[in-house]
Amino acid sequence: MNPQRATSATNNDAGHSRESSDIPLSVYDLTVAYHRKPVLWDVGFDVPAGALVGVVGPNGAGKSTLLKAVMDLIPRASGRIQVFGKSYQHNRRRVGYVPQRETVDWDFPVDALDVVTMGLYSEIGWCFPIRKKHRDIAQDALNRVGIGDLAHRQISQLSGGQQQRTFLARALVQDADLYLMDEPFAAVDAATERAIVEILREMKERGKTAIVIHHDLQTVPEYFDYVVLLNMRVVAHGPTNDIFTPENLQKTYGGRLTLLDQVSEAMRRRERSL
Amino acid sequence: MISRRCTAALTVACCALLVCSTLHAQPSPVSPRSIDKRTESTSWNQSLRVIFLRDYNTRVVVFGTTLLGCAGGMVGSFTLLRKRALMGDALSHATLPGIVLAFIIATRFGLDGKSLPFLLSGATVSGLLGVGVILLIRQRTRLKEDTALGAVLSVFFGGGLALLSVSQQMQQGHVAGLESFIYGKTASMGAHDIRLIMLAAIVCIGICLLLFKEFKLLCFDEEFAASRGFPVMRLDIVLMALVVTICIVGLQAVGIVLVIALLIIPAAAARFWTDQLSSMFAISGGLGALGGMVGAEISALFSRLPSGAMIVLVYTLLFSASMLLGRRRGVLIRGLRRLRLNRQIDRQHLLRAIYELRELTISATRNKFEPTRNQGFDVDRMQLLAKRSWSAGRLGTAIRRAVRDGLVRVDGDDITLTDEGMVEAARLTRQHRLWELYLITYAEIAPSRVDRDADAIEHVLEPEVISELEGLLARRYTDVPASPHDLGTASISPSLRPPGSEA
Repeated sequence: MNPQRATSATNNDAGHSRESSDIPLSVYDLTVAYHRKPVLWDVGFDVPAGALVGVVGPNGAGKSTLLKAVMDLIPRASGRIQVFGKSYQHNRRRVGYVPQRETVDWDFPVDALDVVTMGLYSEIGWCFPIRKKHRDIAQDALNRVGIGDLAHRQISQLSGGQQQRTFLARALVQDADLYLMDEPFAAVDAATERAIVEILREMKERGKTAIVIHHDLQTVPEYFDYVVLLNMRVVAHGPTNDIFTPENLQKTYGGRLTLLDQVSEAMRRRERSL
Repeated sequence: MISRRCTAALTVACCALLVCSTLHAQPSPVSPRSIDKRTESTSWNQSLRVIFLRDYNTRVVVFGTTLLGCAGGMVGSFTLLRKRALMGDALSHATLPGIVLAFIIATRFGLDGKSLPFLLSGATVSGLLGVGVILLIRQRTRLKEDTALGAVLSVFFGGGLALLSVSQQMQQGHVAGLESFIYGKTASMGAHDIRLIMLAAIVCIGICLLLFKEFKLLCFDEEFAASRGFPVMRLDIVLMALVVTICIVGLQAVGIVLVIALLIIPAAAARFWTDQLSSMFAISGGLGALGGMVGAEISALFSRLPSGAMIVLVYTLLFSASMLLGRRRGVLIRGLRRLRLNRQIDRQHLLRAIYELRELTISATRNKFEPTRNQGFDVDRMQLLAKRSWSAGRLGTAIRRAVRDGLVRVDGDDITLTDEGMVEAARLTRQHRLWELYLITYAEIAPSRVDRDADAIEHVLEPEVISELEGLLARRYTDVPASPHDLGTASISPSLRPPGSEA
């Protein structure tokens, strides 16, 4: 994939990890297979600090699998992952995760504040009770995502966008340096989408990094300054301006021209606005 | 949270104290005089002794089943939410061959076949084996978990029954007590057995309280828990171990067939009362304890009745009551809510129908009415009936209610909006049109947000979206009912528009 980096990683491992310790995420030759079918194949890329990174690719391209493999949630067939130069387990506290909204049962008997507080459980520690200061942190996070007044609403009574904001708030309470988000913009209303983008930009200003799985190609140039084009393998990765081109998207998605037209239109809009 | 923990800890401490005092208290000596005096009131006296727990044995048994019920309810609220409720059933059924085998082996070696530790370890081994087979089938084949569960449950139980009849033909040892495991019989339990039950129940309750927050996270979002570094697998095993413990120690009191009731029914009943896990946990524990206590007492009162069946019947009563009366999700409260909603919708339809008929007339005659002022415009019943597909009876009811609320006046066959009704009708019509437009404009995401109760639009949608919709509304209808709320005049930037709305 990237022979240059591969050699530097093998020849000079110690020096490499020291110099890459401020790189939020490095993925080397990652292969993941379910049963005998590979889902990710020799995936490798770096993510620069303080970037908003969009991970883009067709359905079944392995986007969610990539995030899960980064967090050791599924076994890797091969490859290595470094989070700020160390293993994920070592730097777990610096990573915040926003899973897909559909992965949980929203009929569960908890309210929004409870869900957000879950982001603090590992800091509270085993068997220790939740205290007022933890609930205050959670309430602050809910205020930040704009649904502070819904803190005590049962989660099934929240709209889709509000549920997504609750998940985002749960990741925010950790004050992590790297955020992994699995389709936070899926099926949310315009106001929620704008709120999430605002929070992403605010994170970026504070030097945080976010890796976001995204489906809407039209908004990629507007939201992200770095993209990873994924379809089982990395088709291309780099700054949006260089990488998010019709040719690369053609390689990622195959010949779906209507999509590509939308993209070139979106890129033109971006150029005009710049 | 803190106070909840404190009370819970106190409860456990009290229970422990009670247990100790029960077990150390000597059976109250019965004076010979009272025996002599026994006449027709004997059975009544006996009943009273049972009810007020004056008998040492009854007292011990009742405390045991109470604690067991409480622990079952607490563990059950987690397994229910983890959607593992039936695992306990398979497990308990799978214990039978183990119990009988342990008995056979023990008698062969000349030991006391009915010593509880033997039987229960046999039960544990074969129960775990059953669960293991289920997991194996699920992993290695394409069969679903419920299929594997049903198959293993019946095969193990059938095997156990076969072994039981074999053991009945054995020469040594009498097998009579073993059947009590199938249906549960507290009468066959000794103080030692009950001490074991109490100890196990207290340990289970303690673990549930200590790991409350961790179990909550595990049941709600396993993946997130794993990403935060919680050992999800080990937590799951602890939870399963609690289920195993409850099932095994519950075997004697409740029986193989019914022990699952301890884990499912109180938790399911508690869910009707609350939307908070901590209260569900407490209520479930409470209901479990109550059922265990009352069931064991009934069984002690009428010595022919098996305790397991009695406990389950009491649970059934508690469950039915919760299902009917539950404050959050009970059948009655839901029915009431639906009825109220239907009435509200009927009223909204009535007011909107009158408003729209009036609107039509105004635009037809090009009259210069002030649209939101009531000018004594009236409609008749036939017009309203033709406007919607509602029965005359339903319309009549809706009109009567509206009259009572002072929204419309009825004069013979003519129906007029009052001033108050006019304001309300204009507001409802506007809301309805906004929702309609929202459904059209945001077809992708709208269904998850539409609130059938149109009153709530300002609470659900953001002001920007509303003002955008109002722009669209103004283009579509000539007469837009004015908004009763001040929504601000925020202009909408093009980026906020959903894809496709530019056209």
